[in-house]
Amino acid sequence: MKVELQNLTKIFPSRNKKAGGEVVAVNDFTFTIPDGKLIGLLGPSGCGKSTTLYMISGLQKPSGGKIFFGDDDVTELAAEDRGVGLVFQNYALYPHMTVKQNILFPLQNLKGADKLPKDVMLERAYEAAKLVQIDELMDRKPSELSGGQQQRVAIARALVKMPKVLLLDEPLSNLDARLRLQTREEIRRIQKETGITTIFVTHDQEEAMSISDLIVVMKLGVVQQIGKPQDVYDNPTNLFVAKFLGTPPVNVFEGSVKGGKLYIGDAAVLETPGVDDQDVFVGIRPEGFILDNNGPLTCKLNSVEVMGRDVSVVSTHSASLNPVVRSIIDADNQVAAGATVSYSLKPHKVFLFGKADESRIYFGVKSDG
Amino acid sequence: MVESKHSWKAWIYLAPAIVLLLIFTVWPIINTLRMAFLEGYSTMGAVGGATYEFGIGNFKQVLEYKDFLTCLGNTMLLCVLTVPISTILALLIAVCLNAIKPLQRLLQTIFFLPYVTNSIAIGMVFAAMFNMVGSAFGGENELIITAGIINNVLGFFGMDPVNWINAGSSYGANMVVMVVYIVWNALPFKILILLGGLQSINKQYYDAAKVDGTSRRRVFTRITVPLLSPMLAYVVITDFIGGFKEYSSIVGIFGEDMGPTGDPRRLNTMVGFIYDALANHQGRASAAALILFGIIFVVTLINLYVSKKKTHY
Ligand SMILES: Nc1ncnc2c1ncn2[C@@H]1O[C@H](COP(=O)(O)OP(=O)(O)OP(=O)(O)O)[C@@H](O)[C@H]1O
Ligand SMILES: [Mg+2]
Repeated sequence: MKVELQNLTKIFPSRNKKAGGEVVAVNDFTFTIPDGKLIGLLGPSGCGKSTTLYMISGLQKPSGGKIFFGDDDVTELAAEDRGVGLVFQNYALYPHMTVKQNILFPLQNLKGADKLPKDVMLERAYEAAKLVQIDELMDRKPSELSGGQQQRVAIARALVKMPKVLLLDEPLSNLDARLRLQTREEIRRIQKETGITTIFVTHDQEEAMSISDLIVVMKLGVVQQIGKPQDVYDNPTNLFVAKFLGTPPVNVFEGSVKGGKLYIGDAAVLETPGVDDQDVFVGIRPEGFILDNNGPLTCKLNSVEVMGRDVSVVSTHSASLNPVVRSIIDADNQVAAGATVSYSLKPHKVFLFGKADESRIYFGVKSDG
Repeated sequence: MVESKHSWKAWIYLAPAIVLLLIFTVWPIINTLRMAFLEGYSTMGAVGGATYEFGIGNFKQVLEYKDFLTCLGNTMLLCVLTVPISTILALLIAVCLNAIKPLQRLLQTIFFLPYVTNSIAIGMVFAAMFNMVGSAFGGENELIITAGIINNVLGFFGMDPVNWINAGSSYGANMVVMVVYIVWNALPFKILILLGGLQSINKQYYDAAKVDGTSRRRVFTRITVPLLSPMLAYVVITDFIGGFKEYSSIVGIFGEDMGPTGDPRRLNTMVGFIYDALANHQGRASAAALILFGIIFVVTLINLYVSKKKTHY
């Protein structure tokens, strides 16, 4: 089922009148989530991701805007009646129930015509448990499970009633690195198998990029950009999005455009046709550097880190806003030992942002780029 | 660690407390044991130089005493009636209080007030409320004049006044008054504990239950009560222990006669029995105290066993 958010807004009133300052947790969020897709909701801590999720689930009432499931306006519908599955940031498994009871619980709540016979409920519970591979653990209590197992129980509990929408609030945040990788693949697999429209909240860009069909980047309650992960990575609309996506992060420089050329320091590093003369922020992806002894951008060389296939060159530059300039180049290229390293740049890996609002300034990329 | 070197210091710091405990707790317990097993022991006699033989005669005497069964029966009945009633009421009130946001503090304070009020004083107020003036002195055909507020309320609804506690009142009426009083007296502490328990339950369980489409009734029975079960167990166990030591509440309403005028001792309890014996028959009082201890011990063991099965921790 598609989920449509129209101008969704949440304002938390200020706690005491004197201090003032209400919090706009989510501001004018409009987006239609296509049926059966996995959406990654991405942003730094406190940007309103959980609040968005809670509004979709019905646990929090929007201050403004509307929510549609399919063609039904559910804005005023209580959480109990929305039929969404929600996996909480810390799972919220009922501690006094076994895994089986936890998974059965949403089914036992069904009323009237939806009521299921006992054996069907059990069957469905085991089905859900099998899907997340915890059918061996059905008689344990949550406290007797590992973090990853608890998380899977939480997913099974959310899935068992076959929700129209599945919401996951940073479900991997409590897991160690390996389990995280494994579980996020599992979530992807389960989502594909069930075809349930899923919203996955995280502040880990890599996580969101790797499993989402679409990502939504938020900052301070405002949606910055929506798109396919690769598109957003290749074409960030502003400096924030550029900085937020990618590891190692984008390199940011102070620069200026004069007469159709981009200057970093005194060096003209790139042709930027069609851009008015102005000071800019320059973002260069680590893979946007080409080792070139005659290249225009010269940095002080710090170290070279070999990472198998690639080499990461760590250097510094006076105009860099990051502590170090980090480039990733093919290991075939030998980095000459010396005090400096020079680069030419791949134009499509270079982004210009206005000084005032940090929004993207596009320039015509020459065809050789 | 601080152990070895300066352990004598620790002992010195603890000494005042230990001395007080030895004098006022440990020695009386030992002494109770000793007196209970000396045949027909009395302190006056002992001071006068009499010696007593070891034996279990005191226990036999207690058990043969017909008053003892009355006391035991009263005590048990009060426990069995008041513990469940007060626990359920306290649970409902605590849940309601927890759901109210405005004035919660004020209401909490109001519900806690009885706890800081002297129980004898409360008893006297209750006695006044249930009173029925005139009945004791009224002749056969004389109209009964009621004074207590309860009978006034009953009268307002067109019901006949009930002789709750005065001369000629029935055992059932007496018990009703006692149950109401004891329940009312037990509520504040229980509400306090249960409210604390409720407030410590993670809100996310309720959010999860909402998303799971749980009805209010099921939230209460399947989430709130189980998560509160450790507090409920604590409250029930301590209340049973307190209930077996019921005494001052009856004094508060019926005075030291432990019964309505004309029928003293009818509502006597185990502790009342011990006090009665204490004046002249310390051996018998000690034996009764030990029997009471035994009963409380067994009941508490049963309680613990049941609660271990039923609570989720
Ligand atoms: N109940 C509330 N009352 C007042 N302010 C709130 C409330 N809940 C959240 N906020 C505020 O709303 C903003 C968004 O919070 P939210 O929980 O949605 O962030 P988040 O993106 O989920 O962050 P995280 O990644 O840390 O979980 C924050 O500034 C937060 O302080
Ligand atoms: Mg959050």
